[in-house]
Amino acid sequence: MKYIDEYRDRELVLELIEQIKKASTKNITLMEVCGGHTMSIQKFGIPALLPENINLISGPGCPVCVSSRKYIDQAVAYARLDDVIITTYGDLIRIPGSTSSLDQEKANGADVRIVYSVLDALKIAEENKDKKVVFLGIGFETTAPSSAVGVLNAHKMGLENFFLFSSHKIMPPAMAALIDEGVQIDGYIAPGHVSTITGAGIYKDVAEIYKLGCVISGFEPVDLLRSILMLVRQLEKNEPKVEIEYTRVVKPEGNVKAQQMLEEVFVLEDDWWRGLGILPKSGMKIRDKYKQFDAEAMIEVEVEKTKEDKGCICGEILKGQKNPKDCKLFGKVCSPSDPVGACMVSHEGACNAHYRFNRN
Amino acid sequence: MKTKQVLLGHGSGGELSHDLIKNLFVKYFDNPILRKQTDSALLELKAENLAYTTDSYVVDPIFFPGGNIGKIAIAGTVNDLAVSGAKPLYLSVGFIIEEGMLISELEEIVKTMAEEANKAGVMIVTGDTKVVNRGKADKVFINTSGIGVLEKDQIDISTGENVKVGDKIIVNGSIADHGVTIISERNELNLRADVKSDCACLNHLIQKVKDSGSQIKFMRDATRGGLATVLTELVDEREYGLEIDELNLVVNENVRGMCELLGFDPLYVANEGKVLMVVAAEDADKVLEIMHADELGEKAAIIGEIVDEHHGKGWVTTQIGGKRIIDMLAGEQLPRIC
Repeated sequence: MKYIDEYRDRELVLELIEQIKKASTKNITLMEVCGGHTMSIQKFGIPALLPENINLISGPGCPVCVSSRKYIDQAVAYARLDDVIITTYGDLIRIPGSTSSLDQEKANGADVRIVYSVLDALKIAEENKDKKVVFLGIGFETTAPSSAVGVLNAHKMGLENFFLFSSHKIMPPAMAALIDEGVQIDGYIAPGHVSTITGAGIYKDVAEIYKLGCVISGFEPVDLLRSILMLVRQLEKNEPKVEIEYTRVVKPEGNVKAQQMLEEVFVLEDDWWRGLGILPKSGMKIRDKYKQFDAEAMIEVEVEKTKEDKGCICGEILKGQKNPKDCKLFGKVCSPSDPVGACMVSHEGACNAHYRFNRN
Repeated sequence: MKTKQVLLGHGSGGELSHDLIKNLFVKYFDNPILRKQTDSALLELKAENLAYTTDSYVVDPIFFPGGNIGKIAIAGTVNDLAVSGAKPLYLSVGFIIEEGMLISELEEIVKTMAEEANKAGVMIVTGDTKVVNRGKADKVFINTSGIGVLEKDQIDISTGENVKVGDKIIVNGSIADHGVTIISERNELNLRADVKSDCACLNHLIQKVKDSGSQIKFMRDATRGGLATVLTELVDEREYGLEIDELNLVVNENVRGMCELLGFDPLYVANEGKVLMVVAAEDADKVLEIMHADELGEKAAIIGEIVDEHHGKGWVTTQIGGKRIIDMLAGEQLPRIC
């Protein structure tokens, strides 16, 4: 298969591993901050191939995992309203809230529908004018533009029953906050799809102020290993900078049209991240201009008091300070079929990926 | 038959029921035992050990490239008997039909079942039909159960008692075809790929391997949960582990494309005509040769072996040479696949 087989070639991979071994003399820890990377690294078994002096850890790259439990509680509260249809990507449906989850509400009779695109949600809104259709917008710069398209199209179509419940976040504040918190890493494997939208500029501060290299990587094994090699070379020369490995997709300036849409629909505000707390200007809130499409502003609902889990160390795992295996719940009371924390539910979650692919 | 659609009366036991039984079921499934129309099928069996199995089929859609719900209902039960080491002989069939189903569709399904049973050399000897109100079932659900005879020396095949380190793991061809076909047919994503279900009865293929005198240590058909689930079951709580190499797995190009697009791992996607066989190392080449000569085993391959490491666990060498664990699927990947 084109664009896949050549990036999974065993010979080429072994050659890259040799180059990495040759180039690398220091003990280093690299962090990936994209759930897609976490998945690929575990699925292809990359850690077993790397020399012992290179350690890979997962950061806050799974949007579902970093979002607050209150978000799920509020979505559950919307779902319980008789005149609401919840539309969502599939990965949110099993995330446990304080006392319920969307799939539990669905079983209780709530109208919760899995969609593959915000356009499906708009169609549902058009076909169900007597209902309020709430789209759960979650994710980083990657998925936020499609939510923006949802709002802009709803505006154009004059839809009065489409609402976005935004938990969209941007990545750079989290990358900076991790270093401020004292997390010991030597470089970032920077997210490929986020960068497709934003371009490479958003990592400039991380490289210049925090002196950490950022290599924007694709998702195939050869991409990841090339990115690791680029970071190793930067570290050996002590020259941290922003580089793009994923050049077949990512342009330095990003997708300008998508950026304009984000700017049009959203304004940055302080937002809460699991493990990191409140980070300044890290969340995307719908601008007043489009308030009529903001679920939070338009649909009044009583949300139960949020209860966080005891014993779950998702927060520290998301910061890369602990490994999923350090958690006393891991594999015992917390597994993909009976998850405690969000990191075990989402396929991009560090705990889920470790459980499925790397559980000894 | 007078009506074009199945009516509630077809399940009443009255005239309409008799009409359906005579003109559809007996007509197609015809055999001396069924013809007697006794309340129970009267069977003569000369065997000390029997294998007995049942399964219900609810696949959506009921027709798909490579088969229909009837074909799966026969093949699934025949295969469950065959992989237990038994020779399948007799089947029962129960239909739960939604009021309003087209008789022509039902006839098509029944015809396929008869053909498939004929091919597999099994008789459908008893059956039942119920009709439920519209909306209380989805077109048709089918239950089949089956009886097969089992030679004494085949008894350990289903439990894998005799598996030992060094034995080879063989699969009779490409994986994930059925699951991907069903997803593609449901068309929720407006995606359609040129794929076909692998649904087939495997008893003759398995019989050929048995006849060759090869030592089969373990067999199971890899249906829901895919090959990964069977691999996990094979080593679970055992004093050995297993290793497979991803490069030895056969995945058709279009199926692989769909899996990439949907984020599915072919190891976890359903099959309906694939058997995983563990054989003694010295017999592996012979088994492969027999399979390659059969239409249902043309692409058979040795995918891995039983090892004296990581007891109770299966590991896969990934396409790029990395290693990862094989685990069971958590939760439902896709409902109503068979």
